[in-house]
Amino acid sequence: MSKEKKPGWKDLPRGGLILDAGNAHEYQTGGWRIKRPEWIEENCIHCLFCWVYCPDSSIETQEGKMTGINYEHCKGCGICAEVCPAKKTAIEMEPEGRKEDSDE
Amino acid sequence: MSKRVALTGNEAIAKAMQQINPDVVAAYPITPQTEIVQIFSKYVADGEVDTEFVTVESEHSAMSAVVGSAAGGARSMTATSANGLALMWEIVYIAASTRLPIVMPVVNRALSAPINIHCDHSDAMGARDSGWIQLFSENAQEAYDNAIQAVRIGEHKDVLLPVMVNLDGFIISHAVENFNINEPEKVQEFIGEYKPEHTLLDKENPITVGPLDLQDYYFEHKRQQSEAMKYALQAVKDVGQEYGRLTGREYGYFSEYRVDDAEIVLIGMGSTMGTARAAVDELREQGVKVGLIKIRMFRPFPGEELARALAHVPVIGVLDRAESFSNNGGPLFTDMHVALYGQEHKLYDFIYGLGGRDTNVSHLKGIFSMLQKAKDGEALDRVNYIGVRE
Repeated sequence: MSKEKKPGWKDLPRGGLILDAGNAHEYQTGGWRIKRPEWIEENCIHCLFCWVYCPDSSIETQEGKMTGINYEHCKGCGICAEVCPAKKTAIEMEPEGRKEDSDE
Repeated sequence: MSKRVALTGNEAIAKAMQQINPDVVAAYPITPQTEIVQIFSKYVADGEVDTEFVTVESEHSAMSAVVGSAAGGARSMTATSANGLALMWEIVYIAASTRLPIVMPVVNRALSAPINIHCDHSDAMGARDSGWIQLFSENAQEAYDNAIQAVRIGEHKDVLLPVMVNLDGFIISHAVENFNINEPEKVQEFIGEYKPEHTLLDKENPITVGPLDLQDYYFEHKRQQSEAMKYALQAVKDVGQEYGRLTGREYGYFSEYRVDDAEIVLIGMGSTMGTARAAVDELREQGVKVGLIKIRMFRPFPGEELARALAHVPVIGVLDRAESFSNNGGPLFTDMHVALYGQEHKLYDFIYGLGGRDTNVSHLKGIFSMLQKAKDGEALDRVNYIGVRE
């Protein structure tokens, strides 16, 4: 979390309104995840089914090809792994908090 | 010119809604409120209003629909009673917390169980901490006048809170009374156009309504609501005075009746206040110095103003048409205790009229008689139940 000073009640919009568009990008929700999708690049056929189905725009692409997963917003729902049609699946769900993750 | 009419309380509210001509009404029928939206739906069908009328499948949906329409910038109303209000519960809080100036007549009725469709204030009292402004009415005139003023109070730029207009089930809602209604143009002129600063339909200035609001922001939004209730005090007063200039019927937080030299004063809300006034008159004829305070605005609670009005009164009785089951008296009693804390008054609670139990002049005179004995030094329970069989 940033250390910037947050506005007090006198300066905030009333009723919890957010007056800036596109603010979901700033709000990182990846911390909710208990399983993470692991992308196996060599199996990927770049069909972008995962990109279509992801409810949180967490599949990153470039020039029509998948390039990775945005873990700051991915909540680990597993839909991408479920819909992946590749013969050898290109997305596998792995539990968060494994010992090897803590070395990252 | 205003017009003298003979209508029931429900018809009076429906007439007020017709004259307000809200953008959206979403409602579900429940006794004794049903007639309000039934009559109003006829105005819609006959093209007498421009309202988008949404027939929803429950009160939870009714309140949800008006939360949505109000967030979209529409002047929005609904109406309910008792169990219907209870079913709205979750969204009643959301309406206030999202700062949406919805106006909702509540035809007061006992909450189940056992099932009862008649008047008491247990429905509205349950919502007293929901963040709504709550006005109470003694008769059809006040119900009509409160409904019109509620629009202005809630939409005031410093308030932006929903307003509940309470009227006693059956006693007001189904009894025909003579009262004055305003000219429709006068009402439109008085309420003016609703111009919310932010709405969901303003596509040039997109907003998010009702986002996640966790440990780092929620408290600030609650603090804003507390402040809005302070502004509501001013708005209720200003709007009540302006309405008085328009109609000759001025409204404040409460009204005093023969309180100036009174030694015993009863304080309460709703239709029983007319009965209490008759009891005061009868006792005054016998030389007993009694008076009455009728509270119109229950939320925000005008504690400081009541304390000032009652400063000279040694014995005070509170009329509660609801039980809070706290073993500490009814809801109005506990608020009065806080308002008068640290002062020398003797204060007693009288819980009465639950489930529509009739409360007549002799009951009220009996209460004054109990208070007279307490004044003379006899013991009296702090909380008393009036008109219940032992």
